Formats: sequence, C-alpha cells, structure tokens
Amino acid sequence: MTDTLWLSRRRFLKVMAGTAGALVVGIGSARAADTPPVPLGLLGDAWSQVGPYLRLDADGRIFIGARDPDNGEGTATSLPRLVAEELDADWTRVVVVPLGLGVEDGNGEPRWLYGRQRSGQGDSIPTAWTDMRQAGALARSMLLQAAAQRLGVAAGQLRVENGTVIAPDGRRLSYGQLAEAASQLAAPDTMPALKTPDRFRLVGQPVGDVDAHAAVTGKLAYAIDTADGDAMVAVLSRCPYPGGTLDGVDTGDTLKVKGVLQVIQLQPEAGQGLGMTPLAPAVAVLAEDTWSALEGRKKLKLSWKPGAMPLPSLSDLEKQAQASFDSPDALVTVVRDDGDALGLLKKKGVRRIDATYVQPWIAHAVAEPLACTVRVDPDTSAVITTASQAPRDAYTIVQRLTGLRASQIRIDVPRGGGAFGRRLLHDHLAEAMIIAMAEKPEPLRKRAIKVMWTRDEDLAHDAWRAPTIHRMSATIDQRKGITGWVQNMASPNRDLPAPARPWMSELVQDAMPAGLVSNFRSNWYALDTPLPRGEWRGTPHLSHAFASESFIDEIANALKANPLDVRLRLLGEPRKLPYRGPGGPTVDTGRLVNVLRQVADRIDWKRWLHSETGLGLACYYVNGGYVAHAIEVANKGNGQIDVVRAVCAVDVGQPVNPLGLQAQVMGGTIDALSTAMNLSITFRDGQVQQKNFRDYPIANTAQMPNDVEVIIVPSEAAPAGASVLAMPTAAPALANAVFRATAVRVRRLPLLREVARLS
Amino acid sequence: MQQPQVLQAPPTSEIKREPIREGLELVINGKRFRHTGDEALPLLWYLRDILRLTGAKYGCDEGECGFCTVLVDGKAALACRLTMGKLANKHVTTVEGLGKPDGSLHPLQQAWIDEDAVLCGYCQPGQLMAAADLIARKPDPSDADIDHIGTLCRCGSYPRVRKAIKRAAKAMRDAR
Repeated sequence: MTDTLWLSRRRFLKVMAGTAGALVVGIGSARAADTPPVPLGLLGDAWSQVGPYLRLDADGRIFIGARDPDNGEGTATSLPRLVAEELDADWTRVVVVPLGLGVEDGNGEPRWLYGRQRSGQGDSIPTAWTDMRQAGALARSMLLQAAAQRLGVAAGQLRVENGTVIAPDGRRLSYGQLAEAASQLAAPDTMPALKTPDRFRLVGQPVGDVDAHAAVTGKLAYAIDTADGDAMVAVLSRCPYPGGTLDGVDTGDTLKVKGVLQVIQLQPEAGQGLGMTPLAPAVAVLAEDTWSALEGRKKLKLSWKPGAMPLPSLSDLEKQAQASFDSPDALVTVVRDDGDALGLLKKKGVRRIDATYVQPWIAHAVAEPLACTVRVDPDTSAVITTASQAPRDAYTIVQRLTGLRASQIRIDVPRGGGAFGRRLLHDHLAEAMIIAMAEKPEPLRKRAIKVMWTRDEDLAHDAWRAPTIHRMSATIDQRKGITGWVQNMASPNRDLPAPARPWMSELVQDAMPAGLVSNFRSNWYALDTPLPRGEWRGTPHLSHAFASESFIDEIANALKANPLDVRLRLLGEPRKLPYRGPGGPTVDTGRLVNVLRQVADRIDWKRWLHSETGLGLACYYVNGGYVAHAIEVANKGNGQIDVVRAVCAVDVGQPVNPLGLQAQVMGGTIDALSTAMNLSITFRDGQVQQKNFRDYPIANTAQMPNDVEVIIVPSEAAPAGASVLAMPTAAPALANAVFRATAVRVRRLPLLREVARLS
Repeated sequence: MQQPQVLQAPPTSEIKREPIREGLELVINGKRFRHTGDEALPLLWYLRDILRLTGAKYGCDEGECGFCTVLVDGKAALACRLTMGKLANKHVTTVEGLGKPDGSLHPLQQAWIDEDAVLCGYCQPGQLMAAADLIARKPDPSDADIDHIGTLCRCGSYPRVRKAIKRAAKAMRDAR
C-alpha cells in the first residue's frame, strides 16, 4: 500500500510497501499544481528499490539515502544520522546509500525527487534538520503502531531501544519483524512529534565517517576511478589564454602514439551558455588508456592566440581600485550606510586610521582532479558519473546538449575528492558531452568516455576565487573606541561588459562590524577583468574577515589597547542584530563573545603583551555559526614563521556529529592557514604562471601546526552548517599573531612572501 | 689388459630450449604479474588502467603530491615516477594489499578509522602507504619523523593522520 502524509502545501512524506516486506519512507516536495488530490502515482518515488530516504528491510537492515553530495563535508554520515535518530535505529544496522540525482519527467520539465541536492554554504544539515528527522519519526510511529496491534498494547505504552520495540511486560519485537506490517498501515493524519534534544541518542554523539573503511582499503571509487566497462580516456589541452582562441593544430605526431584513437577539437560557440564559465577552446586526445592520452597530448603541436581583452595583473587591478576609491564619479554600490560615517571621516580634529588590504586570486586545486565518465547514445540515453556539488546543474548541461528526457538521463554522484566550490561548475562534463557527441568512426561510437583533467589544466582553467582590494578607514577615539567605519571594497565585475554587476554573494551587507558601529558605510566598486571567477569555500566571508579583523587589530594598536578588549567592547552586551543572508534573520553577539572568550582562555591570552611568541585573535559570524581563532606563532627569522598553536572555538548550535564537525573545523583551519601563508595564482603574458604543486604549494604536514585545538560550544539551537565555518578567521588571526611576533603588519596575501619582503 | 672402451655415440639431444618469455615479471600485492607492454609505462597507469587497482590516486603526475605512493620492496615510492621497466622482479604493495589477504586491516588502516582521519579521503591511500614505510623504519616515530611525510592533503587532515600514525605504531609495538 502507499500513503502520503502532507506536511505543508508543498512537502510530503510518502510511505510504501517495498519488495520482500520492506517499509519505505520518502520525502517529496511538490509544485503547486501537485497539491492534493493529485493521484499519488504522479508523485514518483515508487520506481526506486531503495526508498529515497529510508527503507527498512525484514532482516532488520536499514537503508538510508544520503541525498546531498559528499565531497568530504561528512554529510553522507551526518544526514542519515538524523533519520536514524528519530527512528531510534540501531546505527550498526544502517547502510548508507549515496543517492544519485533524483529526477523524473514532469510534463517536459524535470521534477526533482530529492530536493536541492546541493552542497555549498554549509546548508546541508540546516536543510535536512526538519525533513529528514520527520521521515525517521514517521517510520518510527508506524512501526510502533504495528507493534501495538501485534502485542495488543497501546502504542503509548511501548518504548524503543536501538531498533527493538519493548512492551511493558518485556516482550520484544525488532523493527525487521515489524517492517511488513507497518508498510500495510495508513500513514497517520498528523506528523508525529519530533524529539526534544534531551532525548537525542545519536545526534550530538561522535561517529566515524561511513566511508572510512572503503577509503582506507582503496575500495572507495571516486569518479576518476570509474571505468564503466572499458571507457576511452580523453585528456585535453586548453587555450592557455583566458578568452583566447585556437590558431593552429598539428596532430600528426599525436596520432602516431600507440593507443591514441582520435583527436577532437572543441571550439565552443559564443554564448553556448554552459554555466557561468564559458569553456576554453581545447583539443582533446582520445585514447584507449590514460597514459596513451597523456603521451598523445605531449605530442600535440598547437598555437594559440590571446583574447582581444588584455588581462590585468593584480597590481593593475589595485590601481583601478584606488582610482575608483578616490573618484567621486566612480560607479559605486552602497552596500550599507548607517549614520554619517563619511561625514565623520572628513571632520576636523577627529583621529582616523586607514589601511588597504589586497588578496590575490586563489585556485580550488581539488585533490581529485575534475573527472567524469559519460556513456551517451544521443537517441536513447546518457549515463554520467561525476562528483558534483550541484547535480541538478550537471543534469541541465546534459539535457541541453543531448535533448534527452529526464527518464533517459542518469547521473551518479560518488564521493568527491574535495570540492570547495569548484564542483558547483561542470565544465569538465560539458567537455565530455561535446566529445561524446562529436563524429567518431564506428567502433568508437557509444563507447564510454572518461574525461580527466591534469593538474596543470586544473590550476590554469579554474573559476578562481577573485582578488579583492579593501580600503578601510575608521575614526577612533581613545575614550569612545571606534566611532566610525568606512569600508571600500573592489572586486571583479560579475561579467563584462555590464558596467558594474556585483557578484551577489560577495555583498554581505551585515558582516561584522555592521550594526556594531553606529556610523558605518560599506561600498562596493567593480574591477574590470575578463577572467572567470567562482565561489571558493565561503568566498565573501574570507575576504571580508581578513580585512575587517586585521583592521580591528590595527585600530587596537593605534589606541595602544588590547585587541581582545577592543573586540569585546565593539561587540558589547549580548543582543540580537538583524542579519540578511544565509544564517539570518538575526545574529547573536553574545554567542560570538562566548567563542572569542573561549579561544582567549585556551591560549592564555594574558600572555599577549609580553610573550616572545606572537598571539593573534579573530572572530566572525558566518552562515548562522560563530567562530573565533587564536593563533600563536614563532618568528624563525628570515621571513620564516612557525605556527605553534591554533585554537578554534565554534558555536553551530546543536552539533549533529561532533567528530565530523571537529574534522571540518580542523581541516578548514589548516586550509585557511595554508592558503593565507603561501598561495596565489598570478598571470604573466596573459597566462597563469602556476603549473603544479611546486609553484602552488599546498602546505604539507611539517608546515602546519601538529594539532588544531577545537572547542565545540554545547548548544541546543537548530544547527548551522560547518564546512566553511573555520575559514574566515584563521588568516586574520595569523596576520595579527605575525604582527606581534615580527612587528610586520601583513596587508597583502600570501603572507609569507609579504613577511619576507617587509622584514 | 683392458680393452679400450668403445665410446658410444651419444643420442641426439632432445633438450628443448626455454621459451623466450616476453616482458617482465613483478609481484603486486602478493600476486605475480607479467607486463609485456611498453617499459616506459608508469606504474601508476599500469595499476589504475590495466589492473584496475585504483587505490593509488592520480594527483599531479610530477611526484609532487604523493597521492600515488606505494611500497616497492617495502620502501615508499611514487607510482607516477616509476616506469615498468625498472620494476622487474620487484614487490609492489598498494593500499589494496596493505591489509591481510583474509581482509583484516593493517593497524594503520584501523587507526585511520579509529581517529576518523578521512575527510574527502582522496589522498589517504598515499598517506597510509607513506606511513607504512615510516613505521617499518621507525617503530616509534617522533613528530619530526612524521614531518618527513610529504604527501599533501587538500582537506587538512594532517593532525588526525599524525595521531593515527602514533596510534598504529603503539598498537604494533604492543602486539610484539
């Protein structure tokens, strides 16, 4: 039998009898036209053997679907935990099933079966906090109802322990024994109540990653490891000039390489519209295996022409920014304007302080280079395997290039080797589809094709984290502290030739210290560069926090005050401030003060003034979470800095899996430190200069602190996401610590190069 | 007086020559393989594309990331830098062969799970094989010893990898 419990006009849970006596629960979201009483058959789900979210088998195994892509954020573990919690399931009987893209035909439009299926901005857990728990709670209530009938006891008198229903007289029935009976029941009319936090058994308890065993035995297959039978392998040589064109090709020597099958030119048409990043013109070498393809690529003789638009360097952009900041005629976007910060700045006799911070392009450099396997028959089907943060966007590309229907397109999304925003884009998939659709000799048609990016191409053809230039000005007073704050930010235009179209996520209107300083002004100016740009692990917060949290320390220094005291004074009494954007509608300054105090205590902040080492602090709110870092560094001389200690305190509300949360915070801290210390993408003669890890030196273990001390604030508030949480504060805390240790104020990243230049 | 012995003419030899065995032999995870293809083929692609052992990962192709670290005769080596021609009669161990043939885990693999050292997991085969080499040389590795592991991790799992190496080393010392 099949039954549906409507949670709202748009969301529903569906209960089904699966094969072999299984109970299946799915979560659906319907469009307005589908609201009851549309026949249930139209609402889908039944095609799947594993229910979209939960399938309880008669043998007691519990299959739970992990709907959001996991690229190392740990959601394949934490999301199923939410279902298991409300179900009171025995976690050892849970089998997590990664869900590919859930899509079906809806009258010519795709109908998404599993919701957004998007990972980014750390909102997988906040989104799942309600619906995935409801799926578990519904299943539990139906199992209890089935047990009540079987045992002749009111459901309210039964309790559940680890997947076993226990009657007051001690009789026991396992979930497996009840699955079939429960699947025959009608769903209740109203949603069973969710647990209060005091009844959590799994949420809040540490648990290891569900894929750990497969990862350490080498059995975990990433997209780059898939072969789909016997896929041909394509590697590409892309135009090294962003915006450039292919001028000449000689493939003669390539075609002589054993194993090379074909050379295909990719000349993407203008406005082909493959996401925000236009494809670079490229030449693909298709071969029987990877090595032949790589050897074939080495033998290509290609000439490329730079694009019409010159490529400004970072110092060119800096000049653009300074000119804009100084010109009354420059096109400005006022992000926020409180009081009269500009007036205060011009007032005679006020003390002001100014500083400009410059942050470079950075690459994603995902561990697993972009790769996907596609098997395409343009008339009947497309089967895709790729890591992705947004499989729905991957679907759109495949659909647009093939014209196939939803039921003919399958997209599998295995665990990805890192993502950081890079896998929101699917240029590698678009390339694979173009190669698959290209004319080929008969034996090659319909064979699967794997496209694999090489590291040099990965660094040279990224949608980079764009550079930012912040000119910060503040009016300060020995007695009153910070009285006014003006920040001018310049960053690349979203797309040319629009005169000034901001990259919307970059304008965080209410980022610290907005709302904390009564005279506050925040401006944005466009920089002109044709380079593609993208999201990079909390993009806007990283740039903002480095500028504002460094500047607060500069202000403290000017006031000869303790940077901790300056921050505490700025944050003031615990209160809620309005906050637009992810994590809003309010932020709680008290929660930020708490994490700040926690790291200060842990690192023993009272040593700050006299310590031979340098201590630095920073704090920030991001996506509804609160974070503070305390960093301790030793000056090794000659521009060498040793990070001795890194302490990070976070308040994300209720931690779902503290072990996973700690991993995100530890990893984020190290990523942010490594990036701030060493990394930048630079351009010379219109090309990216970095070719591999030797010149894009991700830190190794020796260069990083031996430990990251993570403090997790206990909380029962609804959880916020964690994957970008530790990113914004690590770099400014480091720069603030370096200032204490070396007297060098770093206003330009990467930091180590700057320390060496200035000391 | 003895008659001089008449020497019999020996029978025509029927000894067959050894057949010419093409290529080279090597042992991978305890199994013998014969490679008859190009000797310039890097071990990484022999493992991944021919044997379909995909535990050793591609990351940079220039020996800079360590994701493809394997053991050759017990010592850490980068599979992307080693050509098949240099591997005749060598013993290669990949992450798939790190545990026992019965499927039980190597203490390092167990420690990795116990410390939850996997983030995205992509570099971890390379971390594990580098650690296997280290722990064989240094049963009680110091922080400075662990610092010599150059395998990169994009997710920043280093502190947990460090703890896992120490945990495994202790487990192995205690088992002796």
